[in-house]
Amino acid sequence: MLDIKKIRGDFPILNREVNGKPLVYLDNAATSQTPKQVIDAIVDYYENYNANIHRGVHALSQEATDKYEQARIKIQKHFNAAKSHEIIFTSGTTHGINLVASGFTSLLKAGDEIVVSAMEHHSNIVPWQMLCERTGAVLKVIPMNDEGELVMQQYDQLLSDRTQLVFCNHVSNALGTVNPIAEIIEKAHKLGAAVLVDGAQAAPHIKADVQALDVDFYTVSAHKMCGPTGVGMLYGKEEWLNKLPPYQGGGEMIAEVTFEKTTYADLPHKFEAGTPNICGGIAFGAALAYMNAISFDQIAEYEHDLLEYATQELLKVEGLRIYGTAKKKTSVISFNIEGVHPYDIGTILDKLGIAVRTGHHCAQPIMDFYGIPGTVRASFSFYNTKDEVDVLVEGVKRARNMLL
Amino acid sequence: MGIKEIQEEIVDEFSMFDDWMQRYEYMIELGKSLPLIDEKYKTDDNIIKGCQSKVWVHAELDGDRLVFTADSDAIITKGIIAILIRAFSNQKPQDIIDADTDFIDEIGLKEHLSPTRANGLVSMIKQLKLYAVAYQTQLN
Ligand SMILES: Cc1ncc(COP(=O)(O)O)c(C=O)c1O
Repeated sequence: MLDIKKIRGDFPILNREVNGKPLVYLDNAATSQTPKQVIDAIVDYYENYNANIHRGVHALSQEATDKYEQARIKIQKHFNAAKSHEIIFTSGTTHGINLVASGFTSLLKAGDEIVVSAMEHHSNIVPWQMLCERTGAVLKVIPMNDEGELVMQQYDQLLSDRTQLVFCNHVSNALGTVNPIAEIIEKAHKLGAAVLVDGAQAAPHIKADVQALDVDFYTVSAHKMCGPTGVGMLYGKEEWLNKLPPYQGGGEMIAEVTFEKTTYADLPHKFEAGTPNICGGIAFGAALAYMNAISFDQIAEYEHDLLEYATQELLKVEGLRIYGTAKKKTSVISFNIEGVHPYDIGTILDKLGIAVRTGHHCAQPIMDFYGIPGTVRASFSFYNTKDEVDVLVEGVKRARNMLL
Repeated sequence: MGIKEIQEEIVDEFSMFDDWMQRYEYMIELGKSLPLIDEKYKTDDNIIKGCQSKVWVHAELDGDRLVFTADSDAIITKGIIAILIRAFSNQKPQDIIDADTDFIDEIGLKEHLSPTRANGLVSMIKQLKLYAVAYQTQLN
């Protein structure tokens, strides 16, 4: 059992008011809140050992380097990567995806195929479209059904010996669907295709084991899992990371530079040009430590309860429809009320101190699939409570009465 | 009534409410009374960009006055346009061009809107003024 009272005490922001009402923060899928253990790590860095890493002889630089590299190892352990240099620090999921998409430019040729799922975030669509434009490769889409699940039979048919790459999110940000990535990876590998999994929405809820999954690339953002913004990680299998060319040039990523020729540094530095978000990386490590101390099993169990309760209570509201009713879901509920624009509901909820997201959630193809302009999305974290679900449901009812 | 007087009237009405919930209720009411655009003008050309919801505006001259009709798929957005149209519709294009929009700040509308909606509001005002400029040239 989670000690919710104690956990909520770790998050200073949860005490604030919005529009004179206690904040009910249900926009966790966009960004999660930060516990004081992580805030302390940030303050500690700037108060005690702020310095540039990997290049100083002095004590502060050494301390910062040690802490940063320790964070990398925490991330490696968390995702069970075989080697710490398979963990590349990035600015977030988007950066990780672009790094891989850019790297594949020289590895693809016209007519090669890239398979992507119908429920991707724009940041897992656009970089691949750009890659297709550069190389002449073709994008194929795994369709989804009304429940918001991928149609796996279709996936089997899309795969061929032309398939070079498969991209899919582990969990859909708009629907909460947990996708069968183990199966997706296994089938792609049979045809020699590489697989990138966008773990941005899974990472706050599910501890992914990259070796057990045998995934080639896995990428996440710290700010969705109790860490700060502007930092994330890309896991890549060593053999793939060695095959890809560097993404950006700069300091830190080189072995030797002359004006005739530059040789690149070994992994992971080859992909970490310039001064990184040092404090962010360290704080990301602190966030993982915080969540692991609570335990991902406990978090999953608690959030599952919240999801069931919220689903059941919301469905009691007249005219409310939930989008994304997959059997396996994380604690995300996307919904609309018949005859009401999601934006209006979000506006009224905000006045009541309830933070939700409205719109297409950077997943326009999903909205087109359902023929709607967008949804209201409530996304729950382990620090949310059933009382907050009740406040949400009351708020939704009130909004409905006002707006209809 | 001139634009200035109408704007003052709107400011007065909004000052009667104690809280923002009531103001929203009022805006929703206003939204329902919006002079609706003819369906045939609900084209992509008439959509105002910058809103999370869709907004269509149409303008046409009635004598020397410019008349606006509009619609939106979101009711609070309709309320906002209704306020703007009440202030600017049925006025001479030159008066619309010259009108200031301080009343928006006076009723505190902008600061109580989400950033996307506040952007939408700015685009709406810009669009109404652009129509006025276009029709003013036509009148000249
Ligand atoms: C599934 C998914 N992929 C990618 C992203 C992009 O993450 P970031 O903006 O942190 O790069 C998000 C964030 O909303 C997401 O939900």
